[in-house]
Amino acid sequence: MSEEPVAVVGIGQTKHVSARRDVSIAGLVREAAVRALEDAALTWADIDAVVIGKAPDFFEGLMMPELYLADALGAVGKPMLRVHTAGSVGGSTALVAANLVSARVHRTVLTLAFEKQSESNAMWGLSLPIPFQQPLLAGAGGFFAPHVRAYMRRTGAPDTVGSLVAYKDRRNALKNPYAHIHDPDITLEKVRSAPMLWDPIRYSETCPSSDGACAMILTDRAGAARSPHPPAWVHGGAMRSEPTLFAGKDFVSPRAGRDCAADVYRQAGIGDPRREIDAVEMYVPFSWYEPMWLENLGFADEGEGWKLTESGVTELDGDLPVNPSGGVLSTNPIGASGMIRFAEAALQVRGQAGEHQVPGARKALGHAYGGGAQFFSMWLVGAEPPTR
Amino acid sequence: MPEALSAPLVVEFPFTRSLGPVQSAFLTGLRERTVLGVRTAGGKVLVPPVEYDPVTAEEIRELTEVAATGTVTTWAWNPAPRPAQPLATPFAWVLVRLDGADTALLHALAAPGPETVRTGMRVRIRWAAERTGAITDIACFEPYDGEETGRPAPHDGVFTDPVTGIVTPARLDYRYTPGRAQSAYLDALSRQRIVGERCPSCHKVYVPPRGACPTCGVATTERVEVGPRGTVTTFCIVNIKAKNLDMDVPYVYAHIALDGADLALHARIGGIPYDQVRMGLRVEPVWTEGGRHPDHYRPTGEPDADYDAYKELL
Repeated sequence: MSEEPVAVVGIGQTKHVSARRDVSIAGLVREAAVRALEDAALTWADIDAVVIGKAPDFFEGLMMPELYLADALGAVGKPMLRVHTAGSVGGSTALVAANLVSARVHRTVLTLAFEKQSESNAMWGLSLPIPFQQPLLAGAGGFFAPHVRAYMRRTGAPDTVGSLVAYKDRRNALKNPYAHIHDPDITLEKVRSAPMLWDPIRYSETCPSSDGACAMILTDRAGAARSPHPPAWVHGGAMRSEPTLFAGKDFVSPRAGRDCAADVYRQAGIGDPRREIDAVEMYVPFSWYEPMWLENLGFADEGEGWKLTESGVTELDGDLPVNPSGGVLSTNPIGASGMIRFAEAALQVRGQAGEHQVPGARKALGHAYGGGAQFFSMWLVGAEPPTR
Repeated sequence: MPEALSAPLVVEFPFTRSLGPVQSAFLTGLRERTVLGVRTAGGKVLVPPVEYDPVTAEEIRELTEVAATGTVTTWAWNPAPRPAQPLATPFAWVLVRLDGADTALLHALAAPGPETVRTGMRVRIRWAAERTGAITDIACFEPYDGEETGRPAPHDGVFTDPVTGIVTPARLDYRYTPGRAQSAYLDALSRQRIVGERCPSCHKVYVPPRGACPTCGVATTERVEVGPRGTVTTFCIVNIKAKNLDMDVPYVYAHIALDGADLALHARIGGIPYDQVRMGLRVEPVWTEGGRHPDHYRPTGEPDADYDAYKELL
């Protein structure tokens, strides 16, 4: 029996901000879920199962969201489960939900991811005082900065490329009403004059801390037929993992990322991603990860990714727009960031991205990574149902 | 073989929580000695209150006041209270359905012994002398000799100076045991030697060793001394002062491939201005008396390593 095609018929996000002090975590997730239901013109009764994801437990100290949030998400009497894969969790969560539909376990699934960074402790959650180990670093930026330097050395990229990414993403965010950072006065000069936090990473080239949630309703072919708006169809989805550290690990272009992308393209029948994919929402928490992932995901040959960025190909009006939503650099509720990538890719092929719509987008890639560049999840969505 | 090490690992954070409208009214009410629940569309009064109907998932915002007296619906005796529990002497954990409510609230009941507690017994709230807008504003329950009274009354939930957020300290006490391989590594470090382990299958040398090769999935046992010299493969210059680190900024955080090791370890570079550190720099450890690890690595003065010599280790 063939797999059931999976359609995205509802998408809901909160307006991402630095602190949502007016709502509980239950209230925050509820807001995104209700918007997704409204988009799909469905009610709680139409949902068969709930799949939820969030950042690692220590970040918020909220250990069992699947228990605490069951009533806010209408999960009573339904299966509800939680997915964990560090920063990539939003993507993995959507894929678990998609697999439940594709395997015909459930017909319509609500999937949701969230983070209230204002109430969490991501910096310290990443830097536990492990006995016998030498404390050297706190936070994620210092972990990733040496890999950015390695990329620059390996490819000979000029050191201005990172600032181009940040400048582009922050301008794109101005067109996305849900994005956290809205800086109408952004200039390239401003990006380049920001202080170095973890040289070669500048403050202006790092992601913010955000409170936010993202929800999607995934359904089968019959559900898609009842959708009031055009659905996005899942053409391929995959996850891959590898250890944080091992001899031979390529931190600049991890094998798990390359293999994950290849699997997605195989499922979706994509031979030339650079030509066949119209928009990309990739997980870029530090600006330089755009050129790095362009290579890792097969959009450019090794050493060539930065040239796409530098020549404007990844701009909103370029021929491979990357992060038209403003990306993680503009909005980062960690647990939700991966799902926002997946949802924004779906918005593009549904033609519902508003001011940051890529005209005529028919195929879009959503990408997330997490941990020490060790968990990858991706999906490719299209405006038409899959034919294979 | 040295004894495997073990030490406590305490993870402790003061998480904050925004309460949202319902929990804000509930906790502020406790501060004012008023117990609020919510009334569902089906007419049930839920205490403690929730924001969303557990049956229909509808949002609930209709607040209602219930009595400070109630009935025990079930209980368990706690003979040995632990720190931070509501009472320091043995007590009963009770579920109490307050008069006017349809659901029960978990709390502590002060009672001389388990023989004095029974399901169906009448109890009342003993309020804390100092109340801040927290569940601990109810010090505990105590036996009460009175009939069920009072109907739930609508309440607007409005108080002056409402509590909108709380701090919930979380603490986890672990014992951390790094295992045989790491213990041996640390033992060697204490003698100023750096000892890794070689995988019997792929022959890669892991430093620090973890007892198994993550690629081949087999145990590593062959000890291999590496370094002490090595090559900086990549690095960053840290300009942010981290609260939990006693280190002046800027400092250089580097990946160092020790001679003979097949992956880089991480360490601080010293003995050279931070802006002169470069990929390929040859370094050696600087030990301090009593330190468990090299304090930092410093330049050896050798010529820089060729990029080709370490590019596979990036």
